[in-house]
Amino acid sequence: MNSSAQIAERPYYKNLSVSFSPHTRSSVSTERIMWTVVACLMPSLILSMFVFGLQTLIITAVSVISCVMTEAISQKLLKRPITIHDGSAVITGVLLAYVIPPGVPVWMPIPGAIMAIFITKIIMGGLGFNVFNPALMGRALLMASYPVAMTAGWVTPIRDLSLGRYINAGVDAVSTATPLYVLKHYGLSGLIDKFGSLSTMYFDFFFGFSPGCIGETSACVLLVGGLILLYKGYITWHIPVSVIVSTAFFTWIFGGETYFSGDPILAVLSGGIILGAFFMATDYVTSPNEKRGQLIFGAGIGALTVLIRLKGGYPEGVCYAILLMNPLVPALDQWFRPKRFSEGAL
Amino acid sequence: MNQSFLGDSDLFTALKDGKVKNIANVLPDFPMGGIHPPERKELTEHLPIEVMPDPPQLTLFLKQHVGYPSEVMFNLISELHSPEYYLEDNICKDGACRLDTSEKKQVKAAELIGTTKNKIGASLHSGIDGIVDGVYDTIHPVLGKAPAIIVSKNGQQSSPSFTPKDWTKYSKEALLSKIKAAGIVGLGGAGFPADIKLNVKPNIFLDTLILNGSECEPYLTCDHRVMAEYPEDIIEGAKIILKILGITRCVIGIENNKPDAIKALEDAVANDPNKMGYDIFIQPLTVKYPHGSADQIMQSITDRIRPSGKRSSSIGIIVQNVYTTKTIYDAVALDKPFYERVVTISGRGIARQANLMVKIGTRLSDIVDYLGGTTSDLAKIVIGGPMMGVAVSSLNVPITKTTSGVLFLTREEIGDDQKYGPCIRCGFCLDACPMGLEPNNIGIYVEAGRGAECEQFGFSDDCFQCGSCAYVCPANRPLVQFIGLARIKVEEAKKKEEN
Repeated sequence: MNSSAQIAERPYYKNLSVSFSPHTRSSVSTERIMWTVVACLMPSLILSMFVFGLQTLIITAVSVISCVMTEAISQKLLKRPITIHDGSAVITGVLLAYVIPPGVPVWMPIPGAIMAIFITKIIMGGLGFNVFNPALMGRALLMASYPVAMTAGWVTPIRDLSLGRYINAGVDAVSTATPLYVLKHYGLSGLIDKFGSLSTMYFDFFFGFSPGCIGETSACVLLVGGLILLYKGYITWHIPVSVIVSTAFFTWIFGGETYFSGDPILAVLSGGIILGAFFMATDYVTSPNEKRGQLIFGAGIGALTVLIRLKGGYPEGVCYAILLMNPLVPALDQWFRPKRFSEGAL
Repeated sequence: MNQSFLGDSDLFTALKDGKVKNIANVLPDFPMGGIHPPERKELTEHLPIEVMPDPPQLTLFLKQHVGYPSEVMFNLISELHSPEYYLEDNICKDGACRLDTSEKKQVKAAELIGTTKNKIGASLHSGIDGIVDGVYDTIHPVLGKAPAIIVSKNGQQSSPSFTPKDWTKYSKEALLSKIKAAGIVGLGGAGFPADIKLNVKPNIFLDTLILNGSECEPYLTCDHRVMAEYPEDIIEGAKIILKILGITRCVIGIENNKPDAIKALEDAVANDPNKMGYDIFIQPLTVKYPHGSADQIMQSITDRIRPSGKRSSSIGIIVQNVYTTKTIYDAVALDKPFYERVVTISGRGIARQANLMVKIGTRLSDIVDYLGGTTSDLAKIVIGGPMMGVAVSSLNVPITKTTSGVLFLTREEIGDDQKYGPCIRCGFCLDACPMGLEPNNIGIYVEAGRGAECEQFGFSDDCFQCGSCAYVCPANRPLVQFIGLARIKVEEAKKKEEN
């Protein structure tokens, strides 16, 4: 058979891609999502520098650098591809710093970063396979290992722009009490006394002029970041709304001296509810995929937060509430499957 | 027999009153999943259909459709040898005979060169006046190599002429045999022989014909141009199909981004001198990918959902592509076989974009030469649309009956398609999948070597490879291919269990 002579063959193109369909892709990549989240978290850091001093910037920088370094070194040692460019270690670093009090020693995030990145994420299989939220596992380790620094490192908000005030001041020199601590031990009236009036208190909480962790105090700037993520479609409303509604609801029922007399606004604005609802509970890897599962997940976080705040040993409970709901995620994904197309058939 | 289907009676009453398009300005839509990729139809949507001159050579695959390969016409085989000669050493594995080049035979344009016996298959016609060189294993975009008849042009540009005849007197059987003789297959991409699809058993209840003009794939505009330029032919074709099916109502669904096509077809329906008692409606649809999938367009227009694993006729509907309808009109009224089709040549990697009328079997190299060559930043050649098409590495592959477009894409248009990362469980694919499957979990299971357990994540038969999941995946994961692999693994596991 002399076939080849019959067909005028054309030379093959060089460097032509012959990959699988689809041949067009949405421009939203893992990197873009991660770095957008980092950008949405930045306003909180800027605000905290003015409220708690430059100390917060140093702690955040130490946290981010140690998270990225931990990821790079552990992936190198385990001979896995190094993925620090995807931004997920940076998010973990920022979030870890945000749930640490501003008055702690600057080396404090390092053991937390090793826990968060190496133990919680890399050993479990890397990005996409961790069961627990890495930043919160880092915080849980710090809470267990350095309880004094982690519960006494609160600083009084600065209102005169003296940014350098607390640098290397030492825990004892700066400590004050967090609102939730006051609320737990002195009641709502004790807390209002501290702020002057109820409206001043709401104002200070909303804009972030209250003692607390580095990135959690200002509901206002966190909401801006969270709403950008919602607008971009990177997160859906289901988890943040269910966390906030459930916290407000259970606080309203059980949070006061009698039933149905708690202060839901205070409960949502104080502590890490907004940060947790928009940036931690919505972590893709450690939250359910299906919308009904997400609603139950968020509601569970709210309920556990209120339980810990009211009955537990700690004044704040968002961190442990999320960590307790994380292992339920595979079960929620099993129970709630997306509706199949042909299920609607007659 | 269930003689009525719930959920759509109001729609058809409203359509009869000419109202549906205006109901609260909400267009029919399918509720689950779907994506909005950049359309990029502006490159070609205003370009009229342009006839490309005959290429020097045609490559006609024996199998361009669902079913058995066409068989080479016996009169093309040399009488020097007995038929057994070809069965013994020159036979292709598919049963088609190979010819020696010494047996060159003269053919005219539109002449039958491949035929099908009483089984699922389609006839094949030469598009040019020329010589049959033989049957050779030729480069194929999917199969690697496949047997094809090679026809070389001799002499002049062919110009077969056809005159319209009155088809209304033909019986159903006569209409079907004309469609079969013309070798028409579904042009929406599936390539199922049209005569077999339309030959519905009499005990199946049908009430609606849907003509699919949504053309939801980005870039492609061939159906759009055919609708805009041959609306009367499509309406006549619709009437032919309605006559074959023995039903009276037909809805032509068109995505709302083709206002000129909608207008042209509406005018054609309004000015039709002989409506023959049929109700033909034009229904604009929401612009959303994949609206052109049969399941989605049926649900969108009639609210009926096809049960998994059953045909659309089980819910009383036949879906046919608008361009197929036009070729059916050509076959029946003009006796014109299906040997040429409109193909969208688009993308920024070619010197000139066009909606080209080309002979089936024309090689891409001839099209590229005709349109002035490729640009230097060409990065990918895709046969079909960008969502479901096949990338090819060579210009030697030919246009087949189901090729709706050839895209010459630059790096900028395709982005980074080389690497993919781990699943970050964002769940975007769950929101994008029109069939309610779980591509994320199927991908993770397949990567872990547990593809056989994937039936829990949705009936793998339901995936029609629309690519919506992979389009939205931020980690660039090849989810369509993972699902395809899972399907194979599930079938393997089932076979093992049976044995």
